[in-house]
Amino acid sequence: MALAEEASTPFVGLSNVSISEEIPVEGNITVPAGPSTRDDAFSTLDEPVKETILRDLRAVGNKFFHVLYPKRSSALLRDWDLWGPLLLCVTLALLLQGGAADSDDQGGPQFAEVFVIIWFGSIVITLNSKLLGGTISFFQSLCVLGYCIMPLTMALVVCRIVLLSGSGMVSFAVRLAVVTASFGWSTFASTAFLADSQLSNRKALAIYPVFLFYFVIGWMILTFSPRN
Amino acid sequence: MSAGTGSRNTEPWGGFDDHLIQGGGGSAVIDMENMENMDDTSGSSFEDVGEMHQRMKEEQEVSEEAAAAEDDGADEGEFLGMKGLKGQLGRQVADEVWQAGKRQASKAFNLYANIDILRPYFDVEPSQVRSRLMESMIPVRLITFPQKVAGELYGPLMLVFTLVAILLHGMKTSGTVIREGTLMGTAIGTCFGYWLGVSSFIFFLAYLVNAQITLLQMLSLLGYGLFGHCVVLLVSYNIHFHFLFYGLWLLIGGLSTLRMVAVLLSRTVGQTPRLLLCGMLSLLHMSFLLYLHFSYHRILEGLLDSLEGPNLAPMERVARDVPEVTLNLTTRSLGGLVRAH
Repeated sequence: MALAEEASTPFVGLSNVSISEEIPVEGNITVPAGPSTRDDAFSTLDEPVKETILRDLRAVGNKFFHVLYPKRSSALLRDWDLWGPLLLCVTLALLLQGGAADSDDQGGPQFAEVFVIIWFGSIVITLNSKLLGGTISFFQSLCVLGYCIMPLTMALVVCRIVLLSGSGMVSFAVRLAVVTASFGWSTFASTAFLADSQLSNRKALAIYPVFLFYFVIGWMILTFSPRN
Repeated sequence: MSAGTGSRNTEPWGGFDDHLIQGGGGSAVIDMENMENMDDTSGSSFEDVGEMHQRMKEEQEVSEEAAAAEDDGADEGEFLGMKGLKGQLGRQVADEVWQAGKRQASKAFNLYANIDILRPYFDVEPSQVRSRLMESMIPVRLITFPQKVAGELYGPLMLVFTLVAILLHGMKTSGTVIREGTLMGTAIGTCFGYWLGVSSFIFFLAYLVNAQITLLQMLSLLGYGLFGHCVVLLVSYNIHFHFLFYGLWLLIGGLSTLRMVAVLLSRTVGQTPRLLLCGMLSLLHMSFLLYLHFSYHRILEGLLDSLEGPNLAPMERVARDVPEVTLNLTTRSLGGLVRAH
């Protein structure tokens, strides 16, 4: 009968077992400080600088690739970084610099203005999307918006090259086409990354300021004409 | 075999100590913070792992320090033992002070930099925004009881930014390439300054004459009133006939002003207050549109001035072939206008 009892309720028989002090319990109980792979991954202080830089460059390059072929993915969102946006912003500001008609205010205000517009605009768009109920974090959104400026930067490079050959009607038409295409590409790329984080019925409300932002940058690029 | 109250410590392995449970209850703020941090899954993996690593490093450091202090105390005798003890105490106190300061700072930050304060004003649907845009051009008939004004900030904010973009577009198509930077600053400053400044001013007047309108409602009303401005400027910066502009100014500008005036009338009592408030608003609103249209004319004249130098007499000013955007018949008609002036 005891056996049957034990068979039906297996651990009942153990309730009156006491751990007597005659049986010594020995051993080490160590709490490992995280899995060993994490430790290895975090001893990055000892690695050569070249490796660190290459790793970061590879991450940035990977994100550029994702912007070039925008698919609905979370690559930009998972490991955000602001290196790419900074690089693009500085490149854009430097390239837009030589457009002053008089020689007095060459560099200062224009560089600062482009910088301020890009970062202030990105912050406003991020705040807007968060206030509309988006689930994206502040820096993730800054990261996406910054990386999606890349097509416009490439358009600016192309525009400068086209402007080398003169600034007539044809060059203007070419520049208009290039800037419009890259503006559409930027907006499309950023919606591919940002749209998932918004509530489905408010996507248009969150995308409209992005459209305005890239429109303003596109206008700055299109109407750029260098001093001769 | 009960671990009930925990103070009895019946288990050979120590049981649940009291101070562990009470510690959790006393520092509820820290617990909430930790919970908040852990629930925030939208952060980067770098952030999270970095935090955990930091915490682990701190724990390791603390335990190492404790071990080192103990060793010191045991080896060196009483004098240095006292010093070791004081050092450890000092370090603990410093640590506590740091933790307390950090806690207070993060509480203050969460209180004041909380954007959730603004969240209810952005709670709109696209269809609502669309209908409010349309309604901003339709003056209401009924002014005997207060008209409803939506208190939202998304529409007005987006309209102000759109106005900035249209201003920039206008300044560019007129061929102004000088001082590109400050044009942007001026555009943003003008539009935001108008929206915020005139709203506050009219709200202040409304407060003086005891009209029933809040600042949020005034911001919202004026913001939506800028929709008419956007439309007029978009048209008149591309198609350059003065009479077209004046017609649109009267028609569309007038409609949006009438709407705002009607809403204000419905919320004000007394003839003089109504006259004051509505007169002021219509004056400012209509003259702003005039100013926006004509301000870039002046910039264009500035461009011609700077290009041709002081030699030419004002009457001989002619629109030259400057490397500009010749998208539309703007330049040609502008040249004719400049010559006429």
